[in-house]
Amino acid sequence: MVSARQIRLVGKPLAHLACSLPLIVLILSLAEIGGLRTGPNPQLYIRDVLGTWGLRLLLLTLAMTPLRRLTGKPWPLRFRRLLGLWAFAYLALHFLTYFFLDRSLDIDVIVEDILKRPYITLGLAAFLLMVPLAATSTAGWQRRLGTRWLQLHRLIYPIAMLGCWHYYWLVKKDVREPLIYCGLLAILLMARVWWARGAGARN
Amino acid sequence: MLIRKPPDINSSEITPAQHYFNRRELLRSAGFIGAGALLAGTAAASEIPAGFRRLTGVQRWPGSLKDTPNTFEEITSYNNFYEFGTDKGDPAENSGRFKPKPWKVRIDGETEAPGTYDFDTIVKAQALEERIYRMRCVEAWSMVVPWVGIPLASVLKRYKPTSKAKFVAFETVVRPEEMPGQRSRVLDWPYVEGLTIAEAMHPLTLLVVGVYGVELPAQNGAPLRLIVPWKYGFKGIKSIVRISFTEKRPPTTWSLAGPSEYGFYANVNPKVDHPRWSQATERRVSSGLGSLFAARQETLMFNGYAEQVASLYTGLDLVKNF
Repeated sequence: MVSARQIRLVGKPLAHLACSLPLIVLILSLAEIGGLRTGPNPQLYIRDVLGTWGLRLLLLTLAMTPLRRLTGKPWPLRFRRLLGLWAFAYLALHFLTYFFLDRSLDIDVIVEDILKRPYITLGLAAFLLMVPLAATSTAGWQRRLGTRWLQLHRLIYPIAMLGCWHYYWLVKKDVREPLIYCGLLAILLMARVWWARGAGARN
Repeated sequence: MLIRKPPDINSSEITPAQHYFNRRELLRSAGFIGAGALLAGTAAASEIPAGFRRLTGVQRWPGSLKDTPNTFEEITSYNNFYEFGTDKGDPAENSGRFKPKPWKVRIDGETEAPGTYDFDTIVKAQALEERIYRMRCVEAWSMVVPWVGIPLASVLKRYKPTSKAKFVAFETVVRPEEMPGQRSRVLDWPYVEGLTIAEAMHPLTLLVVGVYGVELPAQNGAPLRLIVPWKYGFKGIKSIVRISFTEKRPPTTWSLAGPSEYGFYANVNPKVDHPRWSQATERRVSSGLGSLFAARQETLMFNGYAEQVASLYTGLDLVKNF
């Protein structure tokens, strides 16, 4: 049995450390420390690394509820907010990298991208939908919103779908990796449907 | 199992690009004025990375770009060569087992001299030229590369195309045992490309055997590749084993893989977007923190070669024939 105290003093610090590792590695690569490199196209490298980790953490966030079901233990739910906020942090940096480094704040070009490139439209929509979730992630907001908080936070399902779709749509030809993410998301969502339909009702 | 190619050059042995390109200034200042192109070629040979065979007798082509080229490291570590994997770093990483020697090329189709010819027979007949060209990838990034090669036209003329030859088709080698990317069906192998006979005979179209004065590294398409500087990079087929003169337009790999996204012509055109991204601007590849905040640059019509090639396409709808 994992106690609340163990989660607070050991589990969460470790989770924070683990979530920050890709960012630390990215910073070391930028500084070319320890033989790490970003390669000759740093803007795209940074953007892609941040986007990929954002999506991974988003799926991990969604894995916590099924994990609780499978283990019968409540502790996975204690990591949901932490993981979701880290996913948001990576995706915010992903968005800012596109905005500042890739497009150099050229508003005309960015507007054109958003209107004309469906994968960018999807990505931006997913990110904007995440903002209210991140903003209302505190216990205070949860109390204030009551049952509406739960409804609001169901937005994570369309957000994750948009995120996977965005990834699938942007690759040039080799869709094998995006398909893995789509498959994982499908499993996570179908598990919920399955449980909601009665198999889970007995739990 | 993959056997990694041992790193055969230390970074300390690589001549920085600015020194490589200043070599003639250095010679001139040392009093070698007028020593000629041949001397420049041999001078280059003494300053290039160890581990790669240096090409000799390389003449400087007067039309080269004045821009500072990308570094040897950039040109050889950021490649699209799906035969070795789909990530940009894969070709450098996974090409250690590739054997570019010996090499033969089959020349067939509408020609009076069909046959299988040795690499040396095809290339050694004339002097190599160093040409600094822009390279624009369809993915909206670009480089400046000092290629070494010979005009394709001079080679094609030697193999006597008949009057029926309206197109030239090219084919890449298939060696899944040496090219791990060919073990998956990301694209239909062999990679095939093609040009109209007028494009193939254009003086800018280059059959490339080297870069930075040395033989082509495997990841850049050793030992023989095509460079058509006014077209997107994927037209520059690598590791060529077959050249065919054809009457009909040949199939091309990327237009088969995505007919709505990649056309036969694939001319660089800032006004005709890829269906999923803009072609109006490009990211000039440049490693290091210094370039992190650099803006993208405008893409030029025909990649900046409009003056030389626009006449090839008079009357052709470039939006339809993308």
